[in-house]
Amino acid sequence: MTLNVVSAAYIVSAVLFVLSLAGLSKHESAKEGNRFGIAGMVIALGATIWLVLSRSSNALSTLLLIALAMGIGAAIGMWRARSVEMTQMPELVAMLHSFVGLAAVLVGFNSHLEVGSASDTVHSVEVFLGVFIGAVTLTGSIVAFLKLSARIKSTPLMLPARHWLNLAALVVSALLLVWFVRSHSLVPLVIMTVIALAFGWHLVASIGGGDMPVVVSMLNSYSGWAAAAAGFMLGNDLLIVTGALVGASGAILSWIMCRAMNRSFVSVIAGGFGQEVVVGDDVDYGEHREITAAGVAELLRDASSVVITPGYGMAVAQAQYPVAELTKQLRDRGVDVRFGIHPVAGRLPGHMNVLLAEAKVPYDVVLEMDEINDDFPSTDVVLVIGANDTVNPAAAEDPTSPIAGMPVLEVWNAKDVIVFKRSMATGYAGVQNPLFFRDNSQMLFGDAKERVSDILAAL
Amino acid sequence: MRIGVPLESLPGETRVAATPKTVEQLIGLGYAVFVEHGAGRRATFEDDAYAAAGADVVGAEVWNTDIILKINAPTTAELDLLRSGQTIVSLLSPALKPELVAALAERGVTALAMDAVPRISRAQSLDVLSSMANIGGYRAVVEAAHEFGSFFTGQVTAAGKVPPAKVLVVGAGVAGLSAIGTAGSLGAIVRAFDARSEVAEQVESMGAEFLRIDLGDAADDAPSADGYAKETGEDFNAKAAELYAAQARDVDIVITTALIPGKPAPRLLTEEMVASMKPGSVIVDMAAANGGNVAGSVADQKVVTDGGVTILGYTDLPGRLPTQASQLFGTNLVNLLKLTTPEKDGTFELDLDDQVQRGMTVVHEGEVLWPPPPVQVSAAAAAPAKVAAGTEVGGRHTGEVAKPTDPRRKYLWMALGAVAFGFIAAVSPAQFLSHFTVFALAVIVGFYVISNVSHALHTPLMAETNAISGIIVVGGLLQIDSDDLVVKTLAFLAVLVASINIFGGFAVTGRMLEMFRKD
Repeated sequence: MTLNVVSAAYIVSAVLFVLSLAGLSKHESAKEGNRFGIAGMVIALGATIWLVLSRSSNALSTLLLIALAMGIGAAIGMWRARSVEMTQMPELVAMLHSFVGLAAVLVGFNSHLEVGSASDTVHSVEVFLGVFIGAVTLTGSIVAFLKLSARIKSTPLMLPARHWLNLAALVVSALLLVWFVRSHSLVPLVIMTVIALAFGWHLVASIGGGDMPVVVSMLNSYSGWAAAAAGFMLGNDLLIVTGALVGASGAILSWIMCRAMNRSFVSVIAGGFGQEVVVGDDVDYGEHREITAAGVAELLRDASSVVITPGYGMAVAQAQYPVAELTKQLRDRGVDVRFGIHPVAGRLPGHMNVLLAEAKVPYDVVLEMDEINDDFPSTDVVLVIGANDTVNPAAAEDPTSPIAGMPVLEVWNAKDVIVFKRSMATGYAGVQNPLFFRDNSQMLFGDAKERVSDILAAL
Repeated sequence: MRIGVPLESLPGETRVAATPKTVEQLIGLGYAVFVEHGAGRRATFEDDAYAAAGADVVGAEVWNTDIILKINAPTTAELDLLRSGQTIVSLLSPALKPELVAALAERGVTALAMDAVPRISRAQSLDVLSSMANIGGYRAVVEAAHEFGSFFTGQVTAAGKVPPAKVLVVGAGVAGLSAIGTAGSLGAIVRAFDARSEVAEQVESMGAEFLRIDLGDAADDAPSADGYAKETGEDFNAKAAELYAAQARDVDIVITTALIPGKPAPRLLTEEMVASMKPGSVIVDMAAANGGNVAGSVADQKVVTDGGVTILGYTDLPGRLPTQASQLFGTNLVNLLKLTTPEKDGTFELDLDDQVQRGMTVVHEGEVLWPPPPVQVSAAAAAPAKVAAGTEVGGRHTGEVAKPTDPRRKYLWMALGAVAFGFIAAVSPAQFLSHFTVFALAVIVGFYVISNVSHALHTPLMAETNAISGIIVVGGLLQIDSDDLVVKTLAFLAVLVASINIFGGFAVTGRMLEMFRKD
């Protein structure tokens, strides 16, 4: 009886998880989606804990142990969730991925230790794969976290023969799998774990900072597959369903990101982007023109339509609040202000939207690249705030450019383009941006937050 | 270093090479500026205004400076005022006046020709031909309107209906486009023609109709590498003449701007065409200085034909707006000096490796550098891009081209995958297969549920999936009851970290979603 009720509970929570993800695909239903997710989790946990306790010989101590573990976890989780700055969201997400990876490794080892040499072939394979994916997710996410929080350099690590290293890791792991299945010994499992940890580390370390949105969503996908693998080894359908949902969603997001950069998924994963681009970059694009904050205010005053295209630089400078204030003031004057968001702006898919929402910019003026690209020719002023590669005309016009073919925001079609930038340095792709030298472009140098505040003052 | 701005000695010249505003900018670059008495008078800039801007107003000593900024090429008398080591910047027409180039070289000066700026994008800020042509195009329409006996715009009044004037602009360069814009804003019906069919878009963007010639076989319509119009072929010229003849009978105003650098202006309108125009029509020949596009035009003269057609051959059109023309010319000069004063310390450094500066330098310290090597960066990048896209298929193209060949391969792989899976399934326990069914279906559901997610919600979605993937806690919970202490400890840790995910993920998703709002 207990088992049937638990199974029913699992099915209900699986459905709730599907509804939760479906709900999160639209603004109107997003909050409801989150509630569905919480409900599904509560049901799944309640059923599992009940099942564990009903089987347990010493129910009370087990319950206390569970309460202690979950209590500590909950305290840490809630504290992080409340204290995190919206600009640090990518780091938080990457860190959370690493926990799923760690849990998957632990559960995998346990699963092997419990069954021991009595394990059949299929179960051994499941354990092996689960631990492998979990370990890759663990170290990969840690490196992503370190890179995103700027604790290590975000430039790609270029070991000699890095592709061969990756291949070797996979081949050795496959051989270890054979050993493990034959012997059920702990040794190959441990060796493989070490290799997988190194593999995950190297995998993400060799991917450049500009590809971080893809990496984060890819790790999201991995963490899902790790959970699904755990489900296989435990024979638990709920874990399988949930893991598959998360894995598929991460894969889709990665695919969307790759398409937004016109890159193949394989080339992002293999890493090393932004390295061979130095060639042919000595083209002299000429002089850029500078403008003052007062000059920008002048332009904005006379404009009837303004588009703001933010990038990671806005997040770094924490400029979203003055930008929101500027938006509000201009809208009050009757200026049509909209935002154009490139899919890979920021370090996390949808990063810019979250920042703008935090600063209370209504989401109906925040548009996607495809929605706004046709409107640039009729736009008076475009403010490019901390974006670079995502507004680079070379992607559309120069077939030899390393970012050729990447869909970009076609800001250069607008009447005037103001580029907020710290200096003339290149973006993450390491590619010079001819936009800065266009006749309708003017540069406003300095900290984006201060400059936007200056404009506000001048208005 | 010292900059001198002399009074223009050419009769009829109204412009000046610096205005009080540009003087300020020059001083900002670290130069000392000397302006000759009355230099800006005809452009309504008084000596006091220059002095207020920080310049020294002087007499003939103005020629005693290091850099002379002028509008027109120096006259013979002025050449004798130059001394070795000086730099002179002005219009020079080096291609048409080799003797002037030689005379400058003889004086041992450095001479930069403002009318020899290479036509590449980044040099546009110092291109006086463009800025003067812009003014000229505007003024040409104003002059035509002045001579024309009717309105430009069509009106229906109590006193009857007024038809709009029809304006034909030949040559859609800067002057042509400016004329199109001006005529259009006066209300006329504007048509334009240019031998370079790629400017059609620019013409249409100014609101005019672009007249096309059907050449049948696509002629060589590639833009020239230096961005100027080229001389055109025989067949093309015959067709164009037909078009001009047809248009001449119809339009009221013709403005011709066809110029090929260093060559006499092409004859576009013949005497018969002019004769076929309605009496009272006006022609402005902006190429009159180089021989004229129109039969019967005389440089600097207004000619009225027997048929009552007025032909204006004014060559000083920009000079008829002296204030604006001086300001733009002066700004072009400032932009040049910005380029040659990289340190902003008032030191003039000519960088002959820079193709813009090299292109303009006619004489360098007495050595003739004209003509410059051809400029390789095209003003219209469209043609090379087209070629490149055709020959070396780059980036996105590969993806699009590769796709159509795919389906059969794809099916083959799918079949192979199915067979391989069949083998695995044959040796697997039934329980595994039932789990796998669930897995496969869940993946498909996941793909469909997520693929239409709004882009703005990617971050909350990711945080949510993060929380949900904390479901792995179930694995830890099931193992925590183990008797083995190692297993128990590991399971405890697994539950702990997975809980961070669950609570952190849901909480942060909720926090983010709270922020999204609509007006």
